[in-house]
Amino acid sequence: MSNRFINILVPVVSIILGLIVGAIVMVFSGYDPIKAYIALWNGIFGSPYAMGETIRQISPYILAGLAVAFAFRTGLFNIGVEGQLIVGWFAAAYIGMAVELPAIIHLPLALLAAAVAGALWGLIPGILKARFGVHEVIVTIMMNYIALHTVNALIKSISGGSYKTEKIHETASLRSEFLSNLTDFSTLHYGILVALAMVIVMWFILEKTKTGFELKSVGFNDQASQYAGMNVKKNIVLSMLISGAFAGLGGAMEALGTFGNIVSRSAFTGIGFDGIAVALLGANTPLGVVFGASLFGSLTYGAGNMPNEAGVPIEIVSIVIALIILFVASGYIIRVVLSKMSKKKEAK
Amino acid sequence: MSKRKFGLALSMVLAAGTILGACGTDKDKGDSSSKGDADKESFSIAMVTDTGGVDDKSFNQSAWKGIKEYGAAHDLKKGDGGFDYLQSSEAADYAPNLNKLVQREFDLIYGIGFLMKDAIEEIATQRKDTHFALVDEVSDLPNVASIMFKEQEGAFLAGVAAAKMTKSDKIGFVGGMKIPVIERFEAGFVAGVAAVKPDLEVDIQYTGDFAKAELGKAAANRMYSSGVDIIFHAAGGSGNGVFAEAKERKKADANANVWVIGVDSDQYEEGQVGDDNITLTSMLKRVDNAVKEVAELAAKGEFPGGEVKTFGLHDDGVALADSRGAIPEDVLAEIDEFAKKISEGEIEVPEFVKKK
Amino acid sequence: MEYVIEMLNIRKEFGNFVANDNITLQLKEGEIHALLGENGAGKSTLMNVLFGLYQPDGGEIRVRGKTAAITDPNVANNLGIGMVHQHFMLVENLTVTENIILGNEPKKMGMINVKAAAKKVAEISKLYGLDVDPYAKIEDISVGMQQRVEILKTLYRGAEILIFDEPTASLTPQEISELMAIMKKLILEGKSIIIITHKLQEIMDVSDRVTVIRKGQGIGTVITAESNPEELATLMVGRQVTFKTEKTPSNPTEEVLRVENLVVEDYRGIPKVKGLNLSVRKGEIVGIAGIDGNGQTELIEAITGLRKVKSGRVIIDNKDVTGKKPRQITETGVGHIPQDRHKHGLVLDFSVGYNAALQTYYQKPNSKNGIMNYKVISEKAKEIIDMFDVRTQGEHEPARALSGGNQQKLIIGREVDRNPDLLIAALPTRGLDVGAIEFIHKRLIEQRDNGKAVLLLSFELDEVMNVSDRIAVIYDGEIVDTVVPSETSEQELGLLMAGHTKDEMPIVVEEVGLKEGGDHHVK
Repeated sequence: MSNRFINILVPVVSIILGLIVGAIVMVFSGYDPIKAYIALWNGIFGSPYAMGETIRQISPYILAGLAVAFAFRTGLFNIGVEGQLIVGWFAAAYIGMAVELPAIIHLPLALLAAAVAGALWGLIPGILKARFGVHEVIVTIMMNYIALHTVNALIKSISGGSYKTEKIHETASLRSEFLSNLTDFSTLHYGILVALAMVIVMWFILEKTKTGFELKSVGFNDQASQYAGMNVKKNIVLSMLISGAFAGLGGAMEALGTFGNIVSRSAFTGIGFDGIAVALLGANTPLGVVFGASLFGSLTYGAGNMPNEAGVPIEIVSIVIALIILFVASGYIIRVVLSKMSKKKEAK
Repeated sequence: MSKRKFGLALSMVLAAGTILGACGTDKDKGDSSSKGDADKESFSIAMVTDTGGVDDKSFNQSAWKGIKEYGAAHDLKKGDGGFDYLQSSEAADYAPNLNKLVQREFDLIYGIGFLMKDAIEEIATQRKDTHFALVDEVSDLPNVASIMFKEQEGAFLAGVAAAKMTKSDKIGFVGGMKIPVIERFEAGFVAGVAAVKPDLEVDIQYTGDFAKAELGKAAANRMYSSGVDIIFHAAGGSGNGVFAEAKERKKADANANVWVIGVDSDQYEEGQVGDDNITLTSMLKRVDNAVKEVAELAAKGEFPGGEVKTFGLHDDGVALADSRGAIPEDVLAEIDEFAKKISEGEIEVPEFVKKK
Repeated sequence: MEYVIEMLNIRKEFGNFVANDNITLQLKEGEIHALLGENGAGKSTLMNVLFGLYQPDGGEIRVRGKTAAITDPNVANNLGIGMVHQHFMLVENLTVTENIILGNEPKKMGMINVKAAAKKVAEISKLYGLDVDPYAKIEDISVGMQQRVEILKTLYRGAEILIFDEPTASLTPQEISELMAIMKKLILEGKSIIIITHKLQEIMDVSDRVTVIRKGQGIGTVITAESNPEELATLMVGRQVTFKTEKTPSNPTEEVLRVENLVVEDYRGIPKVKGLNLSVRKGEIVGIAGIDGNGQTELIEAITGLRKVKSGRVIIDNKDVTGKKPRQITETGVGHIPQDRHKHGLVLDFSVGYNAALQTYYQKPNSKNGIMNYKVISEKAKEIIDMFDVRTQGEHEPARALSGGNQQKLIIGREVDRNPDLLIAALPTRGLDVGAIEFIHKRLIEQRDNGKAVLLLSFELDEVMNVSDRIAVIYDGEIVDTVVPSETSEQELGLLMAGHTKDEMPIVVEEVGLKEGGDHHVK
């Protein structure tokens, strides 16, 4: 079996195995797995509306995944994507609502605000790590809580005591009538283009620029990088900055696309944490993140159709989806089994 | 700006069309019903929960109860053309969930909880032919009926009960987020207490969160420690912490005089400690009644689109739950007296918290 | 004498790669049997087969005449085979005894009986003259001592046959001779030993017979006493090898590096370099001889800007570079072959090409306006691969996949290609086989002949003696003496390295001289 073939086969087998185990769970719980999976399929691809919503769901996952993956490539574990996303969300919602500008300036400005906010939120743990050696995992986790509650307080203060901000102006919106009509009134917005553009940006930074060379080098081996005269501290800070900017843009997807405002939250969005899984599924490469986010996004969104169309309760659905993702993530094991099988065949 | 006006005009026109259309269907229905019940096309309803889920022991659950009862009363089945619900696991699900129900052609779709407002308005603007109902928030779209409650009236009765039952003359109120709905609870409760014991001050605290039991527990701990013996909570999941604290105290000392007044649905079960129960009563918010009522109206072709239906004591929208003997008969009689007065408009319960 | 271990016609494949092809090794009872081969020849694979870590694809293993299927290391242990690994498998913050009983704890009513174990450890230690304190913590004892703990571990578990994997790689000369004595003692007590090595002198010193393998093939077994280093080298490499690196007398000109009163502290703030002075001129190789831990690492890190200088000055090409950043110093004209090529010299997950550009990636034409030109980098890498004979599948192969020698060639290629006035080479041949060593020595001398200055740091005395034009002996953070190789001996150097001053020297040297005349290693 050629390597290339195995590379394609592994995710496919993983998904199928996940589906089978999920089906067993459903059979034991007394639900029809075939009906449920048809519902899942329809929930993802079944109609222009479903496809629109699926893509809408994928966009923030891509950006959160990029954020985690980018930091990973520099040897940093950015668990703070969640917080960076929330501050980005707020910044975009605020700029979208508070200023009035022509769309050509307003939308980019709101996106930029989100990126800057996320970047600043990533900068703090970056500096603490580089300057004082404080582990970024601890700092970023704490920064998540600070982000959540600070943003809640800000929402309250700028909205005059309400739990949500006013809607953003049309000029800052990523929504478009065109996309809406195309997908039968889904909440699909142009954010997916922003996300894909960032995929290219990440690829370009890592694969084409001098900065990317340094970031990767520091990520693989900071000591050798230091010996080669690179400024390791600067690269750590820079990496967190860029990672945070991606996360902040993820928040902009929600602010300027999906919701059009920000509502005070009592818990995290979860997108930032799912970003870790997305990045790992995608082996921390830009293209891989698109794959991971697509899988994650379509499963999460499509799963919503399983109670809707097949009557499977949401709890069972969550188990099934988690199983599928688990199997994909453990594709390594399947890879080992496959290569062993192929070896045996060759031996015969 | 001109765009917005245009939009408004457009929606007016469409609304008019909808109303006319609704009349049309109504007539058709009338015709068909005269032919016999068998072909009668039933009126189908569905709801979307907020992130609390359908078994939140609160208004989502109550709304679902109302929908099921409506379904039972009209021989509907769960599923398309009957009644159903969709659960939202995150805020981003609201709009798609509403949309899914629209696509399944339910006649009336409820959004439960104030958090659904934005999503309902968005979908309602796109789907002008479908009727929506929003619980706990007000929308002025012509195809959205707003269901509001006079929480203050129920809370007033809870306040009366608390003031009558307290031995320490110290009463507490634990709220979730400081938003208008919860402030109505506070205002009514404080007024109810004042109606019985004008000098008694209520200890008021907000947790700032509906889902953090630990915050509710901390607040309750402080209150009970300072001598408060009855706490009324309007804090959703955070309120579970209030129950937990009271139960712990009751467990440690069976003679401890600690009570909780539950909210939204009958929380008697939450208060069970061995053979004792620390639930004094619960202030019921009869979302089920309101949901049924709006469904009946809509089925009759009298959908209150663009209107605010407010449910108070008079409309069975709020009430106190059975205290199961925790409150003596004479006190109950007094509470009933107050209830009657409020119901008849003799007492006007304040809706807003008095600014200090 | 009967064979205790027979590995007959062993074959081991990894995919399409044949690591061992028809290798036969027969170990007699009570002998020290050397397994000789270049890096990557398949020595470790063969021993891992014996130790049960790999299963052979062909051939047969017999233990004391009986065919044995060694399916995992536990089976090996039960057969009395013990392995002393090159990289010690010890838990730093546990004691010697705790490490020895780890995974095999003697229990007394459910409690670990450390006392009994310590007693047993002390007994074994005494029997073989290992001199190990059972209660010492691993982190507090020297590398040589740690190795003895590894030996003790195998003996404690009842090993009769000991495999030593490159045992001298990280030892000082003194520790090496002590180890040789221990091995002799083990034989006297009835053990049998296989020693994996590519160091010819050790083989001559200690072994009874040698099995040579080359590129996975068994070449044959010879009796040590009937052979000589030249023959062994030829067998191992497959061609004639020169030991004494040919070189003309040096012709030093102006000074390139001057170190003045340098004081450097380690990370705990303890001074490691204490007022050191050093000078290196163009056209000469200055070797720094010393026992590990006397400030060599700190000295080099200070010169290259990787470590803060507490006081004193470093002057390169008449420019004061004290406290400058590594890159500024590199650009002054310094090439650096770091001690630890895995940790400091290469980014192992980067390709060969990326690694070749690690020092120059930011300069034109490798990158321009922040954009990399990987085409140019590839071309340059190919040049370096050719010129420095880096055996690789190509510039896209990860550096990790290269053998140690080729990794080192890559580093040297990268540094030399920049044409630096001063080349600092720290342990450039550590762990490499004779072929690679020869190549690297030639390159260092070539640099010198081109009028460059070379600073060589080495723990191998013969390397320092062979390659350097002058030898600066470092002891306790200071250069205690500078000698010329032709006017000194390994023994004199050894004593200087151990902290003796030249004043005591005449008498001591004579004593050593006497010893040198005889057979200085126990046979």
